[in-house]
Amino acid sequence: MSQSYNRGLIEDFGRWKEFSAGMWAWIFHKFTGWVLVGYLFTHIAVLSTALTGAAAYTETIQTLESLLVVRILEVGLLAVAVFHILNGLRLLLVDLGVGLHAQDKSFYASLALTGAIVVASVPTFLAGVF
Amino acid sequence: MAEHYSSFERGGRRWLWQRITAAFLVIVLAFHFFLLHFVHHADEVTFAMSSARMEQWTYYSLMILFLVTATFHGVNGVFNALVNQGIEGTRKKAVKWTLVAASLLLIVQGVRTANAWAGITLLPF
Repeated sequence: MSQSYNRGLIEDFGRWKEFSAGMWAWIFHKFTGWVLVGYLFTHIAVLSTALTGAAAYTETIQTLESLLVVRILEVGLLAVAVFHILNGLRLLLVDLGVGLHAQDKSFYASLALTGAIVVASVPTFLAGVF
Repeated sequence: MAEHYSSFERGGRRWLWQRITAAFLVIVLAFHFFLLHFVHHADEVTFAMSSARMEQWTYYSLMILFLVTATFHGVNGVFNALVNQGIEGTRKKAVKWTLVAASLLLIVQGVRTANAWAGITLLPF
């Protein structure tokens, strides 16, 4: 008989020491998902300056990109997006029943690969801001 | 030990569509990031460069599909997460229709922006 996995109450943060790899993966996927959907609305809002005119759009983007804090936020966005993509692939495999026995290892692999990609991308993301 | 680890309700469609759109987004989001941060650089973006890309119907149609798919995946993910947390009844309906309205606004605004770059004047506003 099928049975849903009982994750317990996520709001009960006092349980964090008991969380397994799968629980952390679930929390990180939810968190990165909320960030990405929030960013999607912000992204379209910023790009909408194109409706005002060519100069307004170009100036808005170039002004934002000249700010160090924006570049750092972009690195954060990359980290969030890469983790969500890699863990999403892991979830697709879990849903298909592939590699269930290694789902904790694939979570650690997602984290490690996210870290490596983000660190390797930092020079590109910060280029020209200083 | 549970046999069924998925958030899919067996036979349910909401998580199924979430996975189908995910498969598409994995590829297109990676492409989007790579193109706009590594091939081109974000600080070099100009209206003319965005226009040059959007004037190609292949790029325009991919971006419109990207917008619609990402919007669906985002709001459907939020809705599914809230349903999994136990939201029901009137609150569930209110959340659903708020998300539907927000999605429609986002898609209309995204299409208007893409049209501004592509030089298309289909929408009357």
